[in-house]
Amino acid sequence: MKDYISKTVEKMKPSGIRAFFDLVLGMKDVISLGVGEPDFVTPWEIREAGITSLEQGFTSYTSNKGLLKLRLAIHNYLKNTFGISYSADDEILVTVGVSEGVDLALRAIMNPGDKILVPMPCYVSYGPMTELAGGIPVYIDTRRDDFKLTPQNLKKYIDPKVKGIIFNYPANPTGVSYTRKELEQLKKVLIGHKILCITDEIYCDLTYDFTHTAFPSLPGAKEYTLYLNGFSKSFAMTGWRVGYACGPRDLIAAMTKIHQYTIMCVPITSQMAACEGLHSGRQSVENMKREYRRRREFVVSQLNRIGLKCHMPHGAFYAFPSVRKTGMNGLEFAQKLLAEQKVAVVPGTAFGDEYTDNIRISYATAFEKLKEALLRMEAFVSKHRK
Amino acid sequence: MDEILEILEKDARITPEEIARMTKKKSAEVKKKIRQYEDGGVILKYKAVINRELVHARNEEVRALIEVNLVPQKDLGFDKVAERIYSFPEVSSCYLVSGTYDLLLIVRGRDIHTVSRFVSEKLSPMENVRGVVTHFMLKKYKEDGVILKQKEEDKRIAISY
Repeated sequence: MKDYISKTVEKMKPSGIRAFFDLVLGMKDVISLGVGEPDFVTPWEIREAGITSLEQGFTSYTSNKGLLKLRLAIHNYLKNTFGISYSADDEILVTVGVSEGVDLALRAIMNPGDKILVPMPCYVSYGPMTELAGGIPVYIDTRRDDFKLTPQNLKKYIDPKVKGIIFNYPANPTGVSYTRKELEQLKKVLIGHKILCITDEIYCDLTYDFTHTAFPSLPGAKEYTLYLNGFSKSFAMTGWRVGYACGPRDLIAAMTKIHQYTIMCVPITSQMAACEGLHSGRQSVENMKREYRRRREFVVSQLNRIGLKCHMPHGAFYAFPSVRKTGMNGLEFAQKLLAEQKVAVVPGTAFGDEYTDNIRISYATAFEKLKEALLRMEAFVSKHRK
Repeated sequence: MDEILEILEKDARITPEEIARMTKKKSAEVKKKIRQYEDGGVILKYKAVINRELVHARNEEVRALIEVNLVPQKDLGFDKVAERIYSFPEVSSCYLVSGTYDLLLIVRGRDIHTVSRFVSEKLSPMENVRGVVTHFMLKKYKEDGVILKQKEEDKRIAISY
């Protein structure tokens, strides 16, 4: 069968830590700090709206772009929260999670040989999606700046073949985010070179130390930005698969072309539920955020105390500590920790080959479990400390 | 509400040190605050929420919601009568409410007879009690924000990006 597989797909590197993932999934009674989704279930009012829509018989296709009432709700949310106005008619496309948005955007813009900048470490799909779309991902290492992209670092990677940049803030796996001022500086460089900015702002509601600034809300940035967001993290709706892309009319039209042939539309039940989220779920979002924030303070101080150096993440629900002190690399650390203490974490190399010193810890876990897991990690680290 | 109260209301077993770490405060400061709340009567008690449906003890109990109509007393309103009623150990909760009756009681007893006896012999004959309606509780689904179900397993896959 192998002969039938496309060269591009064959060249795509399977994740190096798949085996480790399988190990975790095959084990019982593990405390997992490896989960990339909220530990809350979708708020009841949202689930209830999904059920009601089914009872009322909403089981059809919707417009390719998504239900108009959902696009209007997204329009209002973005306007009221971030002060950006996207027309519900032709500047908003409802997608199957941000993942589809990333795929559509890259496929809509790439010509062979075009380059896309990808600050690292990053969410797993950006590089492979770029390659699949026929482009070349150019990875920007951010280790020296505590995993933050800086204008100086960025400038080094820019050449005429660079068509766009894709980045995520607050970021998975590091929790790094940017203040308005920092974004302004990045914007100057990027727009100065007419680089299309694809921003994945799925964790925007989980920003703890300052107000989240949407990239397109920066003066002059909107026409150079494709803004991606969704319901998975803010509303704990990962399994519903609803995201959205907002951007310049032409780009949204191009993406809609691909979307209408491949996906047709996002499931109507999910769209109806998402509407309810924007209408009434804000309080639930606030409650979740408060809880995450407390866990963050606890986890980060505890990690630093036991000797796993960790910068303070500004958002999302991840910490990205270094395990260097133990003499192990991230993968060894994760494997041994799983075997000896039954705690699962994700090795940093899942998010880029260079990140061998780090592990990703998700604090989207009930507080009692988090506490227990950190105690076990403390025992583990003191046993192995060099 | 103060964050310390919010945290303790959800889980009273979280230690002051842990609260300090969660809220970026000094643990001495958290301890002091908690003591103040305890002394000032803001924090009254720490207790476990027990799902009695799962406790198969010999001394089971029944509960009843009781609506009570009162005759208010001059100058004292309902407070004095309420006090006489809520002082009975059988009364576990007592609320003054608006609507068609005045007091809503939650009364506990060993069995249906004990509660009935309390209503007929102690509550109803009281001078200012005009009438009572007793509802025996059949099943508890949710109490004080806690859904009384066995813990559900985490439905997420154990590891994901």
